[in-house]
Amino acid sequence: MTRFQIQLVSMVALACLAVAPFVLSPFSITLMNYIGIYSLVAIGLALLTGVGGIVSFGQAAFVGVAAYATAWVSALNGYSPWLGLLFGVALTCCVASILGVVTLRLQGHFLSLSTVAWGLAIGFLFGNVEGLGRFNGISSIPPISIGSFALVSSAQIYFLIWGIVAAVLLLGYNLLDSRLGRAMRALRGGNTLVESLGINAFRIKLVTFVIAAFLASLSGWLYAHMSRFISPGPFDAGMGIEYLMMSMVGGAGSLLGGVVGAAVVTLLKNSVQDYLPLIAKGASGQLEIVAFSALFILFLQWARQGIVPFVARFLPKIKRERPEPAAPLPRRAQPAPGELLLKVDGAERRFGGLVAVNNVSFEVRSGEILAVIGPNGAGKSTMFNCLTGALRVNKGEIVFAGRPITRDPQSRIAKAGIARTFQHVKLRPRMSLLENVMLGTYARTSTGLFASAFRLNQREEASARHEALTQLERVGLGEKPFELAGNLPLGNQRILEIARALAADPALLVLDEPAAGLRRQEKLRLAELLRSLRSDHLTILIVEHDMEFVMSLVDRIVVLDFGSKLCEGAPAAIRSDERVQEAYLGGVA
Amino acid sequence: MTSDIAAILAIDGIATGAVYALVAIGTVLIFTVTRVIFIPFGDIAAFTALTLAALDAKRFPGTGALVVILACLATLIEIVSLMRAGELRLLPRALFFYLALPLAVVGLAWVTMRADPPLAVRLVLALMLITPIAPLLDRIVFRPIADGTVLLLLTVSVALHFALVGLGLLFFGPEGVRTEPLTSLSTEFAGVLVSGQTMLIVIAALVFSGLLYLFFDFTLVGKSLRATAVNRTGSRLMGIRPARAGTIAYLLGSLMAGVSGILIAPVNTVFYDSGFLIGLKAFVGAIVGGMTSYPGAAIGAVGVGILESFASFESSALKDVIVFSLLIPILIWRSLASLHSEEEIEE
Repeated sequence: MTRFQIQLVSMVALACLAVAPFVLSPFSITLMNYIGIYSLVAIGLALLTGVGGIVSFGQAAFVGVAAYATAWVSALNGYSPWLGLLFGVALTCCVASILGVVTLRLQGHFLSLSTVAWGLAIGFLFGNVEGLGRFNGISSIPPISIGSFALVSSAQIYFLIWGIVAAVLLLGYNLLDSRLGRAMRALRGGNTLVESLGINAFRIKLVTFVIAAFLASLSGWLYAHMSRFISPGPFDAGMGIEYLMMSMVGGAGSLLGGVVGAAVVTLLKNSVQDYLPLIAKGASGQLEIVAFSALFILFLQWARQGIVPFVARFLPKIKRERPEPAAPLPRRAQPAPGELLLKVDGAERRFGGLVAVNNVSFEVRSGEILAVIGPNGAGKSTMFNCLTGALRVNKGEIVFAGRPITRDPQSRIAKAGIARTFQHVKLRPRMSLLENVMLGTYARTSTGLFASAFRLNQREEASARHEALTQLERVGLGEKPFELAGNLPLGNQRILEIARALAADPALLVLDEPAAGLRRQEKLRLAELLRSLRSDHLTILIVEHDMEFVMSLVDRIVVLDFGSKLCEGAPAAIRSDERVQEAYLGGVA
Repeated sequence: MTSDIAAILAIDGIATGAVYALVAIGTVLIFTVTRVIFIPFGDIAAFTALTLAALDAKRFPGTGALVVILACLATLIEIVSLMRAGELRLLPRALFFYLALPLAVVGLAWVTMRADPPLAVRLVLALMLITPIAPLLDRIVFRPIADGTVLLLLTVSVALHFALVGLGLLFFGPEGVRTEPLTSLSTEFAGVLVSGQTMLIVIAALVFSGLLYLFFDFTLVGKSLRATAVNRTGSRLMGIRPARAGTIAYLLGSLMAGVSGILIAPVNTVFYDSGFLIGLKAFVGAIVGGMTSYPGAAIGAVGVGILESFASFESSALKDVIVFSLLIPILIWRSLASLHSEEEIEE
C-alpha cells in the first residue's frame, strides 16, 4: 500500500463515522459513544502496555480522577464543563506524574503490582470521600456546550467524542513514527539497551505513562458529561482490567487496536447482556463477568497477539521510499589521533567476597583498536560493564576524553561519546533496519513531544533518516533498509548493532564479544569492517576471548586473568608471553 | 488512644494478620513453584467459609457443583491435550486424578451430609471440598501458559479472580455468613480479654507454618518443590515434573487458604466477594517477604493485620486506602532490595 492509499482508507473511515449518527438508531449511537470513550483509554494502554511494556491495571482510576474532578467543578460548583476539562486533565496528569516518579523505577511485575495498589487505593477513595457523594455518586452534571449550543443528545456529543478519538489516533501515529516514539518502542528491549543509546529510560517511561493518563482523563471528562451522573462503580478495579482487556484484544502495541478492542469488548458485552438471561434467568449479572473473564483467559492463552496485528498480516505491505539525501546531523568534535581517550585507573569491582576486577589500569589512545582478552571468568564482561556504566566500580577511576565518568549513569556515558554493542544482540526485532539504526541518532537529535506529535520537525527527521541509511550503507546493509531486524541472520544482526552504534557518532566504539557465535566467513567480514572503521580514525575497544580473531586485527592487547591485569602489549608479544599461554592453556610442564 | 485500646487493637490486628499470614504463605508457595501470583487465594478462603456455613445450615454447599464442573472441564482439556500429544495410554491416570478423585470427594461429602455430622467432620468436609478447586483451575487456566512471563500469568490470575467472584455469587448467593465460634473459651492476657477464637487463629497459623517448614526441609516431595522453585529446567532434568510440583503446591496452598477461611468465618461476616481483599492484603504481606520468604511473608501479613486494625480505628472508611497506599513504598523497598537481572518482554 502506498501512503496515498492509506490516506484514502482513512478518509473513507472518517466519512463513515461522520454519517453514522444519521443512519444508526439512537441506541446504536449511544453504544458508539461508549466505544469512543473506552477507545481513548485503550489507546493510552496500547501505548503504555503494548509499546512501552508497562502493564497497568489502574487506568480506570485515572478516568475516575478526571470524571470526579469535572463533576466537582461543574455540578457541585457550577462552573463550565470546559473548566472541568482543564482541571480534570491537570489533576490527572499531576497524579500520574507523582505516581510515575514514585513507581516507574520498579521492575517487571513489581511495577504492575503497584498499579493494582494505587488503582485500588484511588478507587476506594471515590466511594469514601465526603463531598464526592460517597457511594451515591454525583448527579445532575451539566452537558458540554459549545458556545450556547449544548451537547445533550447522544447524537450531538457523538461528533465531539469521535473527533477527539480521530485526532488522538492521528497524533499518536505521528508520535510513534518520531524520535520520541522510537525511544518508546525501544523500552521493551530492556533498560540497558535504551540507556546505551543515550536515552533516559525513566524519562521516556514517565512521558508514556503521563500520556496514557492524559488520554484516560479525556475519556473521564467525556464520560461524566455524557452520562451526566457518576458513581464509583465504573472506575473500580474490575473496569481497570476491562480496559487492559480491550487493548490486548485489539492488539497491544497497535493504537488502532485500542479502538477495535474497545468496539469488540463493548459489543460483546452488550450481546452477552442480551443473550445470557435467555440461558440462565436471574443470574445474568454474575454470568456476565464469568463469561467475560473466561473469554479473556482463553484469549490470553491462544491469541495473545490481538486482532489488528493478526489482520495486518493479510494486508498488502506498506511501500516506503528510500530516504532522500538530507542535511547531515551535527557531528561531535573528534579527538586528534594518538591523543589519550580513555584511562582506566586502578579499577576494582567486587561482588560480595568475589573480586571480579582487581586493580586494573589501562589506556586507550585515539585511532587504535585495543582488545581486552582473557579466559572465561577473567573479569572481561565486568570490566566492560564498568566502562559503559552498567556497573559501578568500587574503587578506582575511569576518565573519558578528559572527564571522569566513574559515577555517570549509562545514558550520560553514551551521550559523552561511548557507543556499545551487546554480546547477546539487543535489537528491536519488529522494527526495520533503518529504524533500529535511527535509534542510534537519538542523542544527536532534539525533537520534543509536541513537535513529534504535530510533525513540526521534519527536517531533523529527514536528516536522521539519511544518517541512518548512510551508516547502513557504510556497514554493507544498505540494500533493504525496510527489512525487519528480526529477519537478519546473527552475523548481520551484530553488524546492524555496529551501524546503530555508528549512528551515534561515537568517539569510542566498545564491542562486547563481537565474534561470539559467528561463523568463519562472518568473522572475516566483521574484521574487515572493523579495519575499515579504523582507517576512518575511529577508536575501537573490543572485549573478546577469540584469540585468532583478535590477533590479526588489533593494535594492542590487554590480558586479564582472574580479575587482574596479566600483561599488555602488541599481539606478537602477547602471543609469545608465557604467562598468557599458561592462563589459556594451563601450566607448561 | 489509651494503652487499653491500643492493646485490644494490637491483639485484633494480630488475629487478622495471622489469617492473612496463612494465605500469604500459600501465595508465596505457589509463586515460587509456578511463578503465578495467585490472586484468587482469597476467594478460596472466602469460599471455604461459605461452604462451612452451608454445611452448618444443613444445605449441600455450591462448592460441590463448582468442583464437579471444574473437574469435567479439566478432564476434557486433559483428554484433548493427551490426544494431541498421542499419549492416550495415560488416559486412565488422567481420568482418575482429574475426574474420579474430585467426584469421589464430592460424593463422599454428599453421603456424609445425610448423617448430620458433628462440627469436626464438617470442618474436614469443607476443607475436602475446597482443596480440589485450585489444582483444577491450575490445569484449566495456567498449565497451557506455564512458560509465559510473570506478567502474563499475573494478568490471567487477575482475570481468573473476577471469574471466581462471579461464580461465587452464582453458587453461594449474595448473603453474607458468619459461622459459630469454634471455641467459647477466653483468657486474660496482659490485662486484656482474649477470645479463644483469636488464640485458635494464632495457634493455627503457627502450627501450619511449622508443618510447612517440616515438609519443605524433611520430605523428598518438599525438597522437589523447592528445587522446582529454584530452577524449573534443572529440576526437570533431575526427574521432577514441574506440573506435578505445581499441583502439590496448589493443593497445599488451598489447604492453608481453606484453614484461614474457616478461622475468619466466626470473626468477620464473609460474602462471596470478601476474598479479594483477604487475598490482596495477604499478598501485600507476601511482598514484604519479597514473594520468596515464608517467615517474611508471615511477618508482613501480621504487620498488615495490625496496620489495618489501627487504621480502621482512626478512619474506618479509609482503612483500605491506607493499606493499599502502603503497598507502594513496600514495593519500592523490595524492588531496590532485589537486584535481579532484567528480563526482556516477549514480542
